[in-house]
Amino acid sequence: TDEWRLSCINKEFSVCPSYPPVVIVPKCITDEELRKVAMFRHSSRFPVLSYYHRKNGMVMMRSSQPLTGTNGRRCKEDEKLINASLRPGKRGYIIDTRSLNVAQQARAKGGGFEQEVHYPQWRRIHKGIERFNILQESLIKLVEACNDQSHNMDRWLSKLEASNWLTHVKEILTTACLAAQCIDREGASVLVHGTEGTDSTLQVTSLAQIILDPRCRTIRGFESLVVREWLQAGHPFQQRCAQSAYSNSKQKWEAPVFLLFLDCVWQILRQFPCSFEFNEQFLITLFEHSYASQFGTFLGNNESERAKLKLPQKTMSLWSWVNRKEELSKFQNPIYEANSLVIWPAVAPQSLQLWAGVFLRWNRPSQYLEEAQEEMVKIIRYNKELQDKVKVLRRHLAEVEAAGRAQGNL
Amino acid sequence: QVEQVKLLDRFSTSNKSVTGTLYLTATHLLFIDSSQKETWILHHHIAAVEKLPLTTSGCPLVIQCKNFRIVHFVVPRERDCHDVYNSLLQLSKTAKYEELYAFSYNPKQNESEQVKGWQLIDLAEEYKRMGVPNAYWQLSDANRDYKICETYPRELYVPTTASKPIIVGSSKFRSKGRFPVLSYYHKNKEAAICRCSQPLSGFSARCLEDEHMLQAISKANPSNRYMYVMDTRPKLNAMANRAAGKGYENEDNYSNIRFQFVGIENIHVMRSSLQKLLEVSGTRGLSVNDFLSGLENSGWLRHIKAVVDAAVFLVKAIAVESASVLVHCSDGWDRTSQVCSLGALLLDSYYRTIKGFMVLIEKDWISFGHKFSDRCCQLDGDPKEISPVFTQFLECVWNLTEQFPQAFEYNEVFLLQIHEHVHSCQFGNFLGNCEKEREELKVKEKTYSLWPFLLAEQKKYRNPLYNPDLLPELTLLEPNTVSFNFKFWRNMYHQFDRSMHPRQSVLNLIMNLSEQNKQLEEDIKELEAKIKQRNGQPDVVLVKEHQQSAHPAPVALKTPPCFKKEQPPIPGNDAVRTIEGSNTADNRYSELVSEFSKAEPAVVSLEYGVARMTC
Repeated sequence: TDEWRLSCINKEFSVCPSYPPVVIVPKCITDEELRKVAMFRHSSRFPVLSYYHRKNGMVMMRSSQPLTGTNGRRCKEDEKLINASLRPGKRGYIIDTRSLNVAQQARAKGGGFEQEVHYPQWRRIHKGIERFNILQESLIKLVEACNDQSHNMDRWLSKLEASNWLTHVKEILTTACLAAQCIDREGASVLVHGTEGTDSTLQVTSLAQIILDPRCRTIRGFESLVVREWLQAGHPFQQRCAQSAYSNSKQKWEAPVFLLFLDCVWQILRQFPCSFEFNEQFLITLFEHSYASQFGTFLGNNESERAKLKLPQKTMSLWSWVNRKEELSKFQNPIYEANSLVIWPAVAPQSLQLWAGVFLRWNRPSQYLEEAQEEMVKIIRYNKELQDKVKVLRRHLAEVEAAGRAQGNL
Repeated sequence: QVEQVKLLDRFSTSNKSVTGTLYLTATHLLFIDSSQKETWILHHHIAAVEKLPLTTSGCPLVIQCKNFRIVHFVVPRERDCHDVYNSLLQLSKTAKYEELYAFSYNPKQNESEQVKGWQLIDLAEEYKRMGVPNAYWQLSDANRDYKICETYPRELYVPTTASKPIIVGSSKFRSKGRFPVLSYYHKNKEAAICRCSQPLSGFSARCLEDEHMLQAISKANPSNRYMYVMDTRPKLNAMANRAAGKGYENEDNYSNIRFQFVGIENIHVMRSSLQKLLEVSGTRGLSVNDFLSGLENSGWLRHIKAVVDAAVFLVKAIAVESASVLVHCSDGWDRTSQVCSLGALLLDSYYRTIKGFMVLIEKDWISFGHKFSDRCCQLDGDPKEISPVFTQFLECVWNLTEQFPQAFEYNEVFLLQIHEHVHSCQFGNFLGNCEKEREELKVKEKTYSLWPFLLAEQKKYRNPLYNPDLLPELTLLEPNTVSFNFKFWRNMYHQFDRSMHPRQSVLNLIMNLSEQNKQLEEDIKELEAKIKQRNGQPDVVLVKEHQQSAHPAPVALKTPPCFKKEQPPIPGNDAVRTIEGSNTADNRYSELVSEFSKAEPAVVSLEYGVARMTC
């Protein structure tokens, strides 16, 4: 567009090792300025475009935290870059995925957040999304609870509560809704970041896109969303998805960040069952492959590592397999009806559910549910057949009648 | 009539509201908002009215309903609010049965339709379906005039070997005279579910007739001489009852019985459990953990699970051991009804059909004297008698429908609708506490039966995935009762809180599709018949057209080859019109589809849960 350009500044992964070679930045910012901004951001993850809302031209950007430190450093280029994403006279929102407390503590380690004084056109919102070992512990507790076959209702509910898993789901969904609300309802641009901008930031930006953009709810669209916002954006899959829930050794970097994202997508899918081209099975498949896969797609921590390992040459891509016709049909939602609207999920605790397809997959009897699913598909297919048949017969009848009349005229 | 009344959104954090006019009619409270949307609330549904302290915008009035609707009005003038409050208090509390809605409700049916409606469910027919009377079970006329037990129906089935003196003796030894009678008979296993109230055993009392009665029941089962006696109460409660001269059966005194407690709590525990549940679910800005711990503390799901577990125990005794089971609690009209009816539902697929479910409710709840009037507070009575026992039964059934999506002919809407009318007092079925009371009220002459109305609109209540062939008659359902199978029933407790529901309903979609399939099937038949009729005309047509087929019209390319010969040489006006006709029929489908998307708007305001931007 007129306001944004592609920049090849990161061609050799020289500026930011966890970014892809090509990124989208405001047109008025030069590569030189970008280099300076990168110095000011944690792990050099300078603000880049994540999503452009066609409806009103508002954008969502993501980055890592600014390195303000305790003495409030500032960076003119960073301010210029961020302001460049705003239309004249418009305001924007910075969504910090850490609580104010955590963000303030980060200053001691050289990190920090944008001061209102230096970014007067922006309002900052803090939302506490948990990270790392807290999420990992949550997952371990949840899996433990789900495997408990005892018949004690109170124990089940208190274990489910103690795992905090659904709290995390609600927190992430709420923040994503907030970002989407800023863009679609308030007509404001948004910048999302946490500390590194590789975890909670990506959960928020990708979920906001699913809410806002109908293309992300198609199979192809969702695949490219995962590629763009997770793989290319440098979510460290290798570190986060090494062990899953049954590990004894405590891995410092292990965290079910991507699984939480998929869980949130499933929650939205459950509330808008007709608006997604894919089904639950698709999400479960992605979850499995993110932990262990015969495909190279989720290997490594970022594009630079994948390039070094020559993964694109040495391994197959998951997408090429998934997109084959026979596989694709397993992932298609039979009741999909393209919905061009923004979909706002409910986030009340009464509206959220445990993702039984993942967490109770091996513990619950699923035969009847699967049969019911098949029956549903049958009804839909039968409906199509009948529709077609009626059309053919109508035409046939019209022809017969016309012929009869023509005969009469003769 | 009060104007300029605001209706607040219950869960809105920013006090979003709509303004409209409030009307009070003889039977309903009606609110019409500025967009002409109407909200009707039946006075009988109102459980509580509360006036909150005056605010700057007016006087808030909160109305809680028995169907879990909660509305929050703000009336601009305090005097109006006070008037509304007082009128509602009066209108919602009825002192006499004759003043209930059912006695004034007129659905424009003539007398014979009314009579036929009441005859729709025939319990004698139902016992015949089960296979009684037979060599072991017979109809007893002991209670024909309600002489032995006022809360039982007139017609009761007992073992053939149980003579009248045994029945009378046994009834004197049972609380409220509710002696053991047949509730369900399993043809294939020749085993029976019987029900009664607790024995008046105290610490050591015995009753020979009662012992004979139980023996008669076990002898009526040729496949297994042993029988189970299930006391559905927690052991502690049952023991406490002994001090009051009641209690439970002593295994030493009865031959061939196995005694078992199953531990379902009493009506008071259930009432306060539901209260706690509603308090939690009604909290604004509720966090996940508060919700889950509130759910746990309320104990509600634990109680639901206890009822299902009890039914599973009962069903196993019958299906696996072919043993008869006698179920009781204290008076044998609350927990006993829950367990007997749920057990029968698991055993017999008939009760999983729409009609069968009506029969089940008529039999185990209405005829055996579940005190609907007291439990649902139909009249202004003792608040300690109110208890959601029947609601729990419906919730148990709902949980089963979730586990067995193809086993039930009815859907969730059916259960919700029944719940609605148990409290609405619009139909006569649930009025009063027992059959005798209903006869005295002349319910069958003065009011209408609910069931024909539900049957008439059964399209709405049908489960489109229902497949009776999958589970043939008398196939046992074996639910998994590990805790995680029991879920919070959002569509019951938040039925009227649209913001919490999924925005698109798979059930509705599939229901519409399968409805449409039926229509299409008929269309096809009709069309085929018409075509046949047309083709029946002299063969000359075909011959002539063979000659004309030298000039194929462009449309012919798209149609299958066999149609070619009937291609009209010149498309006449009539032909064009027919094609238009078929187009509109096709459009009907697309209209339907667009209706879905209109009915479930994808755009909703972010009022609930989503954080407001207040920083």
